[in-house]
Amino acid sequence: MSKLSIAVNSHDHVQGNPDALWTLVEYGDYECPHCGAAYPIVKRLQEHLGDKLLLVFRNFPLREVHSHAEHAAEAAEFAGENGRFWQMHDLLFENQQSLEDEFLLRFADELVLPRDKLSQSLRHGTYRDRVASDFRGGVRSGVNGTPTFFINGRRYEGSYQFDDLLIGIERSSVTVPLKGDGIRMT
Amino acid sequence: MTFNMTYTPGERRCEGGTASDPGRSDSSKKNFMGISRDSALRKGTILSVGTVAPDFTLYVTPNQTLQLKELLGRPIILAFYPADWSPICGDQMALYNEVLSEFTEYGAVLVGISVDGVWCHAAFSQNRNLHFPLASDFEPKGAVARKYGVYRDEDGTSERALFVIDSHGSIAWSYLSPVAVNPGADGILAALDRLASRGTA
Repeated sequence: MSKLSIAVNSHDHVQGNPDALWTLVEYGDYECPHCGAAYPIVKRLQEHLGDKLLLVFRNFPLREVHSHAEHAAEAAEFAGENGRFWQMHDLLFENQQSLEDEFLLRFADELVLPRDKLSQSLRHGTYRDRVASDFRGGVRSGVNGTPTFFINGRRYEGSYQFDDLLIGIERSSVTVPLKGDGIRMT
Repeated sequence: MTFNMTYTPGERRCEGGTASDPGRSDSSKKNFMGISRDSALRKGTILSVGTVAPDFTLYVTPNQTLQLKELLGRPIILAFYPADWSPICGDQMALYNEVLSEFTEYGAVLVGISVDGVWCHAAFSQNRNLHFPLASDFEPKGAVARKYGVYRDEDGTSERALFVIDSHGSIAWSYLSPVAVNPGADGILAALDRLASRGTA
């Protein structure tokens, strides 16, 4: 069974309780319809499990088949640097049919983020390395498509239906210690 | 993935994994004679590490062939897969397409191989923007897959199998995946790592 090769760390985007019993790492692509379908299910899991779940999102854009996935991921990273990662993450998944650059800029407006800076960073590829580093780590961990989930560091092999994921999480009893260097809450 | 295909939420098309491992359950299905598909299908045994990779010449475009021997001098990745267009294969090739730059960092070349014809490969490759060659093991059908011990007689396709061949032409790593499971790229990269560290890449 594949294991997460890069432990959850302070560079990750996390949501929830850092001391949670379970850590769910999702490798996702904002233009992937399966990730879009999994998005509300993950939200339900977060509501259902509350403080017992820590969610981590890492980028895995399949750029050759999803032409907007890379810029969408970079936009989320830009928002993350400005403390709005999860808001952008949600906007992207809720507007999967509108991920062209002009829409990404509108999402920045909506989150009161400087659209010029986003435009500039997309042009200069400011966040390209960050996205690529997520991708490379994912490949090494055995991510073979999206979405791929890891529960407490082990690759989850089941479907992303709510009941299946919940069982997968609740059956996973081993906790993976998080690094103590301060999880960034965005 | 947007391949204009319908998908059922919750049923991950990208990998096909379920908790019970569909690859295994698929291959353990019994045929009408009560023979397990696996034993009925698996005539050959996948070539193992240390074996000299059998040479072959296959078409990669309607008028271009590729010979394995010509590629020697660098690591070669052979990715046998059952069919163009099938969802898992597509995603497996899409993944390798994205990981290509990492393979290149090891100086490695990647060749996909299936029994599909050259025109089918051409259309598939164009549709998915693939940046590596797809070899057509079409005539005689599956001959190369048989040489590597990865042909499925009953299905008339190759297995989903991976080989990493070192620069001298020996098989450095091989892997037979359950046919319904996308094997990812981690095994290939680990094999390339080992080759690089032993200096025979």
